[in-house]
Amino acid sequence: MTAKRIVAAKRDHHLSDLSFLLVQALNGLASASSLFIIAAGLTIVFGVTRIVNFAHGSFYMLGAYFGVTLIPRLLDVSSSFPMFLAGVLAAALGVGLIGVAMELVLLRRIYKVPELFQLLATFGVVLAVQDLVLKIWGPLDILGPRAPGLRGAVDILGHRFPSYELFLIAMGPLVLGALWLLMHKTRFGVLVRAATQDREMVGALGVNQALLFTGALFLGAALAGLGGALQTPKLAANPHMDISVIAEAFVVTVVGGMGSVPGAFLAALLIAELQAFGILIFPKITLVLVFLLMALVLVVRPWGLMGRPEAGQARVVLPEGIVRLQRFGRAEHVAVAAAGVILLALPLVGDAYAIKVAIEVLAFALAAFSLNFLIGVGGIVSFGHAAYFGLGAYAAGLMVTRLGLPMEPALIAAPVIAGLGAALFGFFVVRLTGIYLAMLTLAFAQIVYAVAFQWVEVTGGDNGVVGVWPSRWAGGRTTYYYLALVVVAAAVVLLRRGIYAPFGYTLRAARDSAVRADAIGIDVRTHRWLAFTIAGAAAGLAGGLFAFSKGSIDPTLISIPMSVDFLVMTLLGGVQTVVGPLVGAAAFHSIRDLLMPLTDYWRLLLGLAIIAIVLAFPRGIVGGALLLRSRLGWDDAVARARARTPA
Amino acid sequence: MSLLAAEGLDKSFGGVVAARNVTFAVEAGKLLAIIGPNGAGKSTIFNMVGGQLRPDAGRVMLAGHDITGLAPRRIWRLGVGRTFQVAQTFVSMTVAENVQMALISRHGRTRAWWPDASGLYREEAIALLDRVGMSANAERPSSELAYGDVKRVELAVALAGAPKLLLMDEPTAGMAPKERAQLMELVHGIARERGLGVLFTEHDMDAVFAHADDIIVLVRGEIIAAGRPDEVRANARVREVYLGGSGGADGGPARTSATAG
Repeated sequence: MTAKRIVAAKRDHHLSDLSFLLVQALNGLASASSLFIIAAGLTIVFGVTRIVNFAHGSFYMLGAYFGVTLIPRLLDVSSSFPMFLAGVLAAALGVGLIGVAMELVLLRRIYKVPELFQLLATFGVVLAVQDLVLKIWGPLDILGPRAPGLRGAVDILGHRFPSYELFLIAMGPLVLGALWLLMHKTRFGVLVRAATQDREMVGALGVNQALLFTGALFLGAALAGLGGALQTPKLAANPHMDISVIAEAFVVTVVGGMGSVPGAFLAALLIAELQAFGILIFPKITLVLVFLLMALVLVVRPWGLMGRPEAGQARVVLPEGIVRLQRFGRAEHVAVAAAGVILLALPLVGDAYAIKVAIEVLAFALAAFSLNFLIGVGGIVSFGHAAYFGLGAYAAGLMVTRLGLPMEPALIAAPVIAGLGAALFGFFVVRLTGIYLAMLTLAFAQIVYAVAFQWVEVTGGDNGVVGVWPSRWAGGRTTYYYLALVVVAAAVVLLRRGIYAPFGYTLRAARDSAVRADAIGIDVRTHRWLAFTIAGAAAGLAGGLFAFSKGSIDPTLISIPMSVDFLVMTLLGGVQTVVGPLVGAAAFHSIRDLLMPLTDYWRLLLGLAIIAIVLAFPRGIVGGALLLRSRLGWDDAVARARARTPA
Repeated sequence: MSLLAAEGLDKSFGGVVAARNVTFAVEAGKLLAIIGPNGAGKSTIFNMVGGQLRPDAGRVMLAGHDITGLAPRRIWRLGVGRTFQVAQTFVSMTVAENVQMALISRHGRTRAWWPDASGLYREEAIALLDRVGMSANAERPSSELAYGDVKRVELAVALAGAPKLLLMDEPTAGMAPKERAQLMELVHGIARERGLGVLFTEHDMDAVFAHADDIIVLVRGEIIAAGRPDEVRANARVREVYLGGSGGADGGPARTSATAG
């Protein structure tokens, strides 16, 4: 109580102290500069290539590591500010070259694939780079040397303010000015702007697109590298900085308008100041504030503060997802029966460890299935499905540990709470489409993550909560396995039924042509919202089951990598099929479980595997099997289905 | 009382006037064509009637009810079926399923979770497809169809709502001449037998003069002539827009506004 009062008193004092507010505003400006430099690169790359590059965070991280490696060596030669600057620029340049390599090796091959695959492929790079960075620089934080000449502080109305921060404040407008000159005074810059506004036109004008795209990646990566290297004197290079920065950079680009450099500047200012002052007023929910701002902007101005609405596609394209609903034939019924027998018999033949893995597979399978209910059927590419899995897990876990309730009501609360969360977020999400929708789902997932992370008294923060155990009757591993099997099977059967029912058809209709659906009396938004809520509830149920199998909950259940895992499972099984995600979840989790203990490079392998799937195997396991079957001429109906889908 | 009455519709986009004081009426069982050069505002008027756009001023009355600014799905429920300039079908569904989807919606069962949708309202769907000459293609995926056939499916989908009024935005665009004549015959026949009002835009003058009961001519968002086909054909200003000078429809508006001013 006393401590709280002191904090409150301090806060009141701070808020009434003008000079303190000024310093706080300057702090905000310094972070705004860094944020802008990073986000400008992301937005330029998006403008030209229309790819949202997750690996931009990796570029930033590499910039920091290059910085802490190069700058000390240069300062050894001569300890001067120009040498420091040379080191920073060399780091940026090096990262720019890595960007070029990424464009040449990967991006070039995926410009035409659906957004979902692009996002995942670039996330594959994120995973691969994480392991490489760990291998090269080790897991410990590395702080860079301070800049000669800027090591001290200046006095601002009685507060000491670091000179280096003032230098950072100047860098933002400086980079903005340099980019303005580049964009308006050079041929390259004019082409970048033209491509951002109308990519097809630039192609039609006979511009060397390959060079333009490579150039954009160089510029974008170099800016991220610059942002990373500039941070090194105040923020140690560490192997987690990629994910934390990418979420913020996404928010800045989306709020500013994707493709707009001035928009990124404005948004960076807004967000950095929101954080600087938000921490005084709402110290617990600074992360939430940022994502709330993004959600608000996306709902009011879906194309961002200074962006332009994308011109709609006039041509009719086949949607990514389920194009032809396969019905179970004899082969499928045999396969399902066989799977049922194996699942039922598993506890008889498998050891305790196998059962544990199987329970996890069941939970993931339901989550992946519910995700493909959104992606494959509804065309709603959610990049934050872990939010609802996590909500379910936390709802169940907290009810048991904090309220002392038994497992049964907790397992009912899991889907209910997750469904309510999905209904709330979904209300906003279904107003958007495409990449903006994906970004908003990501933002909402980050809000849930931030709450779980920051609300320590209730959620246990980073450590989470332990002691989430099932009721006594279900406490045995085998019993709990059968419980999970029954629950998951029932949920999957129910969801699958919905896909073949009018509701599923209506979702596909809305996905295929929202205009046509509206013109035959379908309330597109409401149906999409219902689907989002239902899928969220199903994911929540999966999360609840998972929490009881683990005996604990922690924020990784809600993290971006978790959302990506669900996407990979779905993709691995095949987004164009109904049962694919179940197979994908089983394959993904079993492989992970087999390989993880054997290698230090699990993420590298996973990243490369994701890229390989996107490049070579976009239909997934079940989609691939159907294709194989039709190639062999086993199935007439499948052959017809294939003929409709352009390869 | 007319089936459809547009009263003084205005719409502009920024500074561009797309419709100015547009007034017309469609009677049950009659075909009304809107013609005019590119950019005259035909699609804008269509979208104001269909609910895709809200007029800046004016009213749209359907059988005496004010439907101005209602969402397309509500207008559909009140008995307006429409087809689009670029045909819109559900590409992941078969031809029959496209029509069944519209029937499911008409019967208010889009949220049903249990029945198998592929078996619902099938006979009704096949009957509608039969009427537009597409029942033999019922099981084909709609994404495989030739464009002319897609337009027929769209017509069947529009009819599935049991409409009183059909809105057809360039029903024959992108079709071969022979197909065009057949489709217009079909539409005309259906309108007569069901007593439907039809509002359509069209660039193909043969189709317009062969089938429209009435024609309105739109230039730069304004109606410059209206009446029976022979009256419109004889109208001096229309002749100027369509036949004057180099004869290109696109060359027309500037001259027309010169005469108007």
